[in-house]
Amino acid sequence: MGRKLDPTNKVKRGPGKKARKQQGAETELAKFLTDETGPKRLSSRGRKRAAKRIQKSAEVTEKQPKKGFTDENSKWLKPAKRKRKVDEPENEDDSNEHWEEEDEEEEEEQELLQKKKDQGKKSGKLAEKEVEEEDEEEEEDDDDEEMLLPIERAAKKDKKLKEALDLESDEDDDEEEDDEEEQKSDAEMDEDDTIQTNTDEGERFRLPGAEESEMEGVTPLDLKSIHQRIKDNIDVLCNFSTKREPGKDRTEYISLLKKDLCTYYSYNSFLMEKFMDLFPLSELVDFLEANEIHRPVTIRTNTLKTRRRDLAQALINRGVNLDPLGKWSKVGLVIYDSSVPIGATPEYLAGQYMLQGASSFLPVMALSPQEGELVLDMSSAPGGKTTYIAQLMRNTGVIVANDANADRLKSVVGNIHRLGVTNTVVSNYDGRQFPKVMGGFDRVLLDAPCSGTGVIAKDPAVKTSKDEADIRRSAHLQKELILAAIDSVNAESSTGGYLVYCTCSITVEENECVVDYALKKRNVKLVPTGLDFGTEGFTRFRERKFHPSLKLSRRFYPHSHNMDGFFVAKLKKFSNVIPTAAAGKGNRKNKNRKSTEREQYSATPSQSYDF
Amino acid sequence: MRPLTEEETKTMFEKLSKYIGENIKLLVDRPDGTYCFRLHNDRVYYMSEKILKLATNISRDKLISVGTCFGKFTKTKKFRLHITALDFLAPYAKFKVWVKPGAEQSFLYGNHVLKSGLGRITENTMQYQGVVVYSMADVPLGFGVAAKTTQECRRVDPMSIVVFHQADVGEFIRSEDTLT
Repeated sequence: MGRKLDPTNKVKRGPGKKARKQQGAETELAKFLTDETGPKRLSSRGRKRAAKRIQKSAEVTEKQPKKGFTDENSKWLKPAKRKRKVDEPENEDDSNEHWEEEDEEEEEEQELLQKKKDQGKKSGKLAEKEVEEEDEEEEEDDDDEEMLLPIERAAKKDKKLKEALDLESDEDDDEEEDDEEEQKSDAEMDEDDTIQTNTDEGERFRLPGAEESEMEGVTPLDLKSIHQRIKDNIDVLCNFSTKREPGKDRTEYISLLKKDLCTYYSYNSFLMEKFMDLFPLSELVDFLEANEIHRPVTIRTNTLKTRRRDLAQALINRGVNLDPLGKWSKVGLVIYDSSVPIGATPEYLAGQYMLQGASSFLPVMALSPQEGELVLDMSSAPGGKTTYIAQLMRNTGVIVANDANADRLKSVVGNIHRLGVTNTVVSNYDGRQFPKVMGGFDRVLLDAPCSGTGVIAKDPAVKTSKDEADIRRSAHLQKELILAAIDSVNAESSTGGYLVYCTCSITVEENECVVDYALKKRNVKLVPTGLDFGTEGFTRFRERKFHPSLKLSRRFYPHSHNMDGFFVAKLKKFSNVIPTAAAGKGNRKNKNRKSTEREQYSATPSQSYDF
Repeated sequence: MRPLTEEETKTMFEKLSKYIGENIKLLVDRPDGTYCFRLHNDRVYYMSEKILKLATNISRDKLISVGTCFGKFTKTKKFRLHITALDFLAPYAKFKVWVKPGAEQSFLYGNHVLKSGLGRITENTMQYQGVVVYSMADVPLGFGVAAKTTQECRRVDPMSIVVFHQADVGEFIRSEDTLT
């Protein structure tokens, strides 16, 4: 303190004002910015401490043992490595040294050696095995490459370790596979099948045993594996003779498939049974998949107010992406996407188009009403088909739009007025009573109420809610309605005498059966619908046989035609006489009676009927 | 269904003439046949005589609608014109109003037409004259009553009402139930 004080440079100290005064930038900054580049100047004690540190490190280095020879030859002469033999018991102990990678510890190991000799052999089986293998390998290696650097030697050891472990794991895997083969689910094995490398020799699709089925009932199976199982099951069923499991029946495969399909697509088993009867297996999955997604939105141009070209232009200007529906329709447009709600554009409100499913165009096209005719639409709600009929007739003639449900009639009235239809009478009768109210129509359209199995995409509740009783009830109602419809047609109409029967269902009970029933009970025959696409109706189905002309009717499916499931049949009435019940039994009798009636009651028009 | 009485006919024709003037004759005597008005459940229906004959077969409680509904008589016997009559009023309309594209949506929601939405208007429109409202593409949107004469419309500020809304095509969605 005393010698360091510089009298020329007085620094004010203390709590007073003068001490707190700032002394200029350089002095103030110097307090903060210390020059750290230079070496730190130690105090006397610090210097002593540093010296001690250096001393210590020197001692440590001196303690390290000298490797190699101590005479002048140390530069070029290296000591030889110890060789080990397999058979001697000491090898164990020596071999233990293999695991230690640093040669520096060998001296310590020598001490351990003596201890272990006393203890005796103690290594496990695995270790022995590996060690033996390693020993042999190492012996050879040692002989060859004594000059390896320590790190290279360590790397080699690692390599050998790895190989030994791999060998072990391979053996283990084989054992596991044998054990688990029976427990593994079929799905994993099926993957081998579908990868077509070893279709014959590889593992086959196996039906789960009773235990596994029980397990599945309890634990929830994931959908992916069910889907895979479905695919493989179908694959097996398609090539049954080659891919089947010996001793297993076809019915077992089918029942498993049915159960899986019901789970995956959430159907009740009654409906699934019906679909499996209707479609071949290859189409079944396509059909079920098509029921999961909506069909594209379609609209019908109202030719009473506008043209398709102009409407398309106006909608495109609003930001709608659309295309003509197809070659078969001159008024249809399909909407891909739209920035405005399609059901609320000013064009819609002005009545220039109507939202209508593509399959609903078909029965009206089949009916092909002419101008000035008297037409009946027995189940007209919500009015799409009625308005289409009106536009085809150019607002001439008269249309009677009937529906049994008074609430739904409101939409019929709304649509009629919006689209500018002026020739319609709307009534609220039960269709079965219609012949008593009015008869003598030129054409009749009956879009019968049905179970809705063709429009599952629109209403998924159908999947689980329909059963045997529902289908039978619908079929009964449809049979009554079709007879009433036939009785309302005037067979002697100069331009018509046609009835179109259609449903949005795909079951045979509601379609072919009903039409066949009508053929037996009344003087009608089937005629071509005029629709050149679509699947033909069935002429026989399982235990039932229908009239051969049923192939003139048309079926449409969501997966093949990209429209809702539909059935259309066009009938022509050739006599107004209602055959009595006795004569209505059996096809053969009917045919004979029909021909005799033609002779007796020659009130038929001059048209010729082709039989 | 019954024919209209004298009084009812008078009230209705008065209302119609507000929009189409003397052209009512054209509604009745058409080249494709005679048309007539009939009353059913307080509503007036316009139909050709062919339809009339067939509609008589249907019993009164089961008949929902015939031809086109023009409007209905209220409990106090006043006649209210419905939007469903638009197709017949539009071709014979004497006074028309065109609405700009921006104000189209507003009118379709049931609002009155403001000066700012007014595109064109026929000359010599009297105040409180019945008018038919069109979009700029000549699509009829509905009808209303002029709130100002054409001259006044030119002078008045953009936020004031020029056409009172009476009926628009948006009602087909908004009030579907009341059409029947």
